[in-house]
Amino acid sequence: MACVQRLRAKTGAHYKKEEGMSTVRVLVGTRKGAFVLTADAKRARWEVSGPYFGGWEIYHLKGSSANPNRLYASQSSGWFGQQIQRSNDGGQTWEAVGNQFVYDGVPGTHQWYDGTPHPWEFKRVWHLEPSLTDPDTVYAGVEDAALFHSTDGGQTWQELPELRGAQGHLWQPGAGGMCLHTIVLDSSNPERIFIAISAAGTFRTDDAGMTWRPMNRGLRSEGIPNPHAEVGHCVHRIAMHPLRPNVLFMQKHWDVMRSDNAGASWHEVSGNLPTDFGFPIEVHAHEPDTIYVVPITSDSEHYPPEGKLRVYRSRTGGNEWEALTRGLPQRDCYVNVLRDAMAVDALDPCGLYFGTTGGQVYGSADAGDSWAPIVRDLPPVLSVEVQTLP
Amino acid sequence: MIRIVLPTHLRTLARVDGEVQLDVEGPATQRSILDALETRYPMLRGTIRDHVTQQRRAFVRFFACEQDLSHASPDAPLPDAVVVGAEPFLIVGAMAGG
Repeated sequence: MACVQRLRAKTGAHYKKEEGMSTVRVLVGTRKGAFVLTADAKRARWEVSGPYFGGWEIYHLKGSSANPNRLYASQSSGWFGQQIQRSNDGGQTWEAVGNQFVYDGVPGTHQWYDGTPHPWEFKRVWHLEPSLTDPDTVYAGVEDAALFHSTDGGQTWQELPELRGAQGHLWQPGAGGMCLHTIVLDSSNPERIFIAISAAGTFRTDDAGMTWRPMNRGLRSEGIPNPHAEVGHCVHRIAMHPLRPNVLFMQKHWDVMRSDNAGASWHEVSGNLPTDFGFPIEVHAHEPDTIYVVPITSDSEHYPPEGKLRVYRSRTGGNEWEALTRGLPQRDCYVNVLRDAMAVDALDPCGLYFGTTGGQVYGSADAGDSWAPIVRDLPPVLSVEVQTLP
Repeated sequence: MIRIVLPTHLRTLARVDGEVQLDVEGPATQRSILDALETRYPMLRGTIRDHVTQQRRAFVRFFACEQDLSHASPDAPLPDAVVVGAEPFLIVGAMAGG
């Protein structure tokens, strides 16, 4: 029987498919190139292609849900700067498109590490988020933190400058740089976008970027002078289920948080996690209250507690967590999983994937109950995305 | 005819093998040959010099005739041997690492 579509969100990305003719395509960005991993719906045998853009850092690549063969990739180098690559055939061939990211007007200053004003300077694109409906529209989150978008398939880029008006002069870089790393589009409301910045916090627009508000009430960060400040929080990642867009989950520098009112306020759901420090957070494709994190020892020890690589799953939207260990190394493991390096597919059962700084990409075809490495020896993994294809 | 040697990553990006050969109208300077190079290979814009300021990127160097021309004025004439094509203009990724 061909794949059966039971439930479809407007995104086209989180509909539920039974195993059948579907395939999954995992897009992996690494420190030294991009890789594409493909498998049928059983997700047992994988084909690995790449490296694409060998030797370049690929911070992120992602496909359009409106046209899955349209992919965008952020390619960068300390020597030669930023490139944006675009594919129209699912990653088999690529073309360089526009790479000019110029801040709107006089960019002004943000806070530097020592508290002095520092001019905004473009460094790289951390995250590319294609529109849910138009393959030629894509958003780019950049360092120094700003949001750009393109409506011509990446040929030209324009800043949405009002974001930096949301107290941008007070934003300060985290240890990894002042990056806009998360962009969440709301399939039920095309005017609403959530973004997250390290170390400024979460922001939301309800008018397609014309105005922005900090959405950080309820966050508490000991590392800043006012732990409850309106901006200045080191948010690592936020996630949403498209069918329940008012519920957001956040992995903060410390603390796993939840909002039930589209970010207006947050409450902690770290519960029984062994540590609430970490980077990625993901939501099950079909169960909006099932979420996943990868606890990391601390902000000064970026590896799993006790050398055991464990994904933690909550089926209750937080607070009650279970360790998922089957197939993952449970001794002598000291890798990290970065914020953009975890993804879920749309099959039933839901598949999960994550990549490590040790170059492994692990996959689970049973919602996290068991895991197996897809590849073991890639360069350090920066990002993992997955496409579920008919 | 100006001969330009690109570093490996930029040859890959521009999809060229070996040297690039360019005819440049007017005086041959860093600016004029980079303008010509970027016109033929638009994907190289921003990789050698900044889009807006046109400043050389920090880890890119320019060598020719066994000289480091990285700090020369972008409007200074290039050596005659480069202008006549006897010697290539080398665009180099600075050595880094351990």
